[in-house]
Amino acid sequence: MKFGVISFPGSCDDSDALAACSRVGEAVQLWHADHDLAGVDAIVVPGGFSYGDYLRAGAIARFAPIMTEVIEFAHEGGYVMGICNGFQVCCEAGLLPGALLTNISRRFVFRQVRVRVLGEPTAFTSGLTPGAELSIPVKHTTGRYFAPRATLARLHAAGQVVLSYAPGQNPNGSLDDIAGIVNEARNVFGLMPHPEHAVDELTGSTDGLSLFASLAAVAAA
Amino acid sequence: MASPQRRAGRLTAGATTISAVKARVLVRPKAGILDPQGAAVERALPALGFAGVSDVRVGRLIELEVSDPARLEEMCERLLANPLIEDYEVLLDGAAG
Repeated sequence: MKFGVISFPGSCDDSDALAACSRVGEAVQLWHADHDLAGVDAIVVPGGFSYGDYLRAGAIARFAPIMTEVIEFAHEGGYVMGICNGFQVCCEAGLLPGALLTNISRRFVFRQVRVRVLGEPTAFTSGLTPGAELSIPVKHTTGRYFAPRATLARLHAAGQVVLSYAPGQNPNGSLDDIAGIVNEARNVFGLMPHPEHAVDELTGSTDGLSLFASLAAVAAA
Repeated sequence: MASPQRRAGRLTAGATTISAVKARVLVRPKAGILDPQGAAVERALPALGFAGVSDVRVGRLIELEVSDPARLEEMCERLLANPLIEDYEVLLDGAAG
């Protein structure tokens, strides 16, 4: 399994994502200004503040040169995991429905949260039991998931809501406590919590590693 | 220092001179979408003695000069606004100068 992690100007979680991916497979850095996906099997769009979050988080990054290939890769069924800013980029790029808005508190939140794995397993959650809870940190100001009611109903009905904040854990006012979703084809996954920061006992939880390991196992099968 | 072409409100492209038009794009959170910034401002105003203020929404103003105002709509749809969460309004201010 070869993971590619994109580095945009302003990305800050690309190195942790590379380290997390390296624990379950091969991992290479992909450069925002290139048009080369280096033959990877899965792409991580990492967290941070790509292009300074100017205009709207993810709005400029969505037009980065490499995104042409990323969008094509996703449309061909390639696995894409957008974490935090990467989730915002995927929404802006139209790879995932909805948008991320400023937290209701208007404040930057940085804390460990419990998230629940929902529904039919996806490639990203194949190693997890539905209902399982993971302890993963969030750190963002723009993480309030929003989609029109009709879209939300469709997401729930199709089992596209893959992660939700456990009761009382919603840190940002996301509608229906949504923490992570997949697209209709289930090959693009966006989530606000940072699994790449929860892969070593050093930071208090290794629960995040299960998401990378699930993907690596699916790709190897 | 502004170039002579810019000061005249004109963009020179080769031999032809294209008039630039000043435009403003107002971007607002869509109705029904909770706007925490607007809510904070609305709470702050009475504290300063300004009573009777409601429905405060905080948006964004983008000023630009364009040679082809007909393309502003597309610019808004693709980049300047996210139509899922924001409404936009284009105001043309006439020739730049």
